[in-house]
Amino acid sequence: MRAESRWLELGQMDDAARMDSAVHRLDPRAKILVTLAFLVVVMSFSRYTLSALTPLLFYPLVLIALSRVPLLPLARKLVWAAPFALLVGAFNPLFDREPMLHLGGWTISGGWISFANIGIRFILTVSAALVLIATTGMHRLCAGMERLAVPRVLVAQMLFLYRYLFVVSGEGSRMVRAAQLRAGASALSLRVYGTLVGMLLLRSLDRAERVHQAMLARGFEGSLRRLDAHSFGWREAAFVLGWLSFFAVARVWNLATLLGSAAMRAGG
Amino acid sequence: MHMADALVSPAVGGTLWAASAALTFYSARAVRRQAREALIPLMGVMGAFVFAAQMINVAIPGTGSSGHLGGGLMLAILLGPQAAFLVMASILAVQALFFADGGLLALGCNIFNLGFFGAFVAYPLVYRPVAGDGASAKRCSLAALLASIVALQLGALGVVIETVASGITELRFSTFALLMQPIHLAVGVIEGLATAAVIAFVRRARPEVLLVVPWPVSRGSNRLLFGGLLAATLLVGGVLSWFASSHPDGLEWSIFKLTGGEELALPDDSLHQQLASLQERSAVLPDYSFQSAEAEAEADEAQAWPAVSAGTTVSGMVGGALTLCLACAIGFILRWQGSSRRAAG
Repeated sequence: MRAESRWLELGQMDDAARMDSAVHRLDPRAKILVTLAFLVVVMSFSRYTLSALTPLLFYPLVLIALSRVPLLPLARKLVWAAPFALLVGAFNPLFDREPMLHLGGWTISGGWISFANIGIRFILTVSAALVLIATTGMHRLCAGMERLAVPRVLVAQMLFLYRYLFVVSGEGSRMVRAAQLRAGASALSLRVYGTLVGMLLLRSLDRAERVHQAMLARGFEGSLRRLDAHSFGWREAAFVLGWLSFFAVARVWNLATLLGSAAMRAGG
Repeated sequence: MHMADALVSPAVGGTLWAASAALTFYSARAVRRQAREALIPLMGVMGAFVFAAQMINVAIPGTGSSGHLGGGLMLAILLGPQAAFLVMASILAVQALFFADGGLLALGCNIFNLGFFGAFVAYPLVYRPVAGDGASAKRCSLAALLASIVALQLGALGVVIETVASGITELRFSTFALLMQPIHLAVGVIEGLATAAVIAFVRRARPEVLLVVPWPVSRGSNRLLFGGLLAATLLVGGVLSWFASSHPDGLEWSIFKLTGGEELALPDDSLHQQLASLQERSAVLPDYSFQSAEAEAEADEAQAWPAVSAGTTVSGMVGGALTLCLACAIGFILRWQGSSRRAAG
């Protein structure tokens, strides 16, 4: 069942975030800022750019390597998320037939180039976001968001959501399995659906009530306190400045072409 | 319906981020002002509920396929629009981060498309008037169905406008809209029926749950605020994307148009010339069609336009491949070093 394997993967991301490395130890603010800058730089290239985008792959790959988070779960997520972007991009070769590239006897239209461009950008942007969460984890990420002036209510909401995701969805999948064992259908009829999801809703409301009581008993007075020992030191400054200047260089000069022409000159 | 980063230009993404951020700040303030302490754990658990409900499929009568709850309207009915908007924002953020459903740059777009239209348009302007005081079960179901269709249609239109304004796909507005709107009409009907079924059950089992939602405070001013916000967003988005998105180097592009390209006189200055030649050498894989045309015109006046110089293209491809290999190699070396250091330590 797709849903259950999804939760398994969520657990894998959690495991990755619990590892320890220089990248994990960085202040989450530094990683959030660099990730956002990376996304803007990647998306600011024109839609017919291919080679100039390749040097940007250094960013997710170096971070994955330095943090030693497992590669396979990240790659699997990348593949799963691909269909929508590629589906929308798949119209490009149909509509844009202007020849752009001659390679041997082949003529490649602009549409295929921009399709490939969407593919590369997809890999870059998704892997950057996955690396961010895999090396930071939800709690540190939320702490960083709060210190970047994200409203506290939203930060608390995200932490609560994450905390109860496993509990409520575990309850939901047990109810669905019970229904399937009795009725045998993979999708429920509308009436059964209404009853089952409504029941899940009522159970969730009851749980929220108990959670609130427990929080009041522990002295909750309206806001969550964060416990994080991070500070924005010279490591963070070096991390941010280093990557930002790499992005700037890769945005202005086509590093791949420079390397390629150098290699061809050397090769004769 | 989640938009991916790869389809959003920075101008469109930034505009929608700003709009969603403004709505988030407004909603956070409104929720804080409501001062319902119990609301915070309630919102969290409801977010988890929507996440779980999205994985439970309902059969579509008469067809072999199935659909699921979107959740935005359901949250608005149970929690009120501001809290519902925050919960949707948190759900979309978690989906973007953990499941790569939609991206971080596109997060603003997704929050706007899936959160704003459901919580701040469909709920107050469709669900509330149609459902009335909530005494009639039939009217509540009808309201859920209509509001869900409206929310999905607006959300799909949002996706179409944002995608077309980003200019990354070749899809025309009309083509994409004709593709998206009918599909999301069907999705809206299914979601509406699913929402109505759940609401109907809750009404029967525990009606008091549906009564605790406070009405939106001072609705007139809210409507004005959001009308203004929507108009401002569309204006800014339209203007920004006009200048920036379909040609990310919009400035360069308009300069080219204005000056007629190669006539642009460079100051007779060696630094400028060096930079220009560097730029010429580095611009290899044709960025825009006119850039390659320009390069060709300079290189060989007589040659016809589409003949893109193969030599430079090949060096771009060789360079790209080399860069990829290099990136992978560095990745593996760093990893190997790390693990051997760990093993040694």
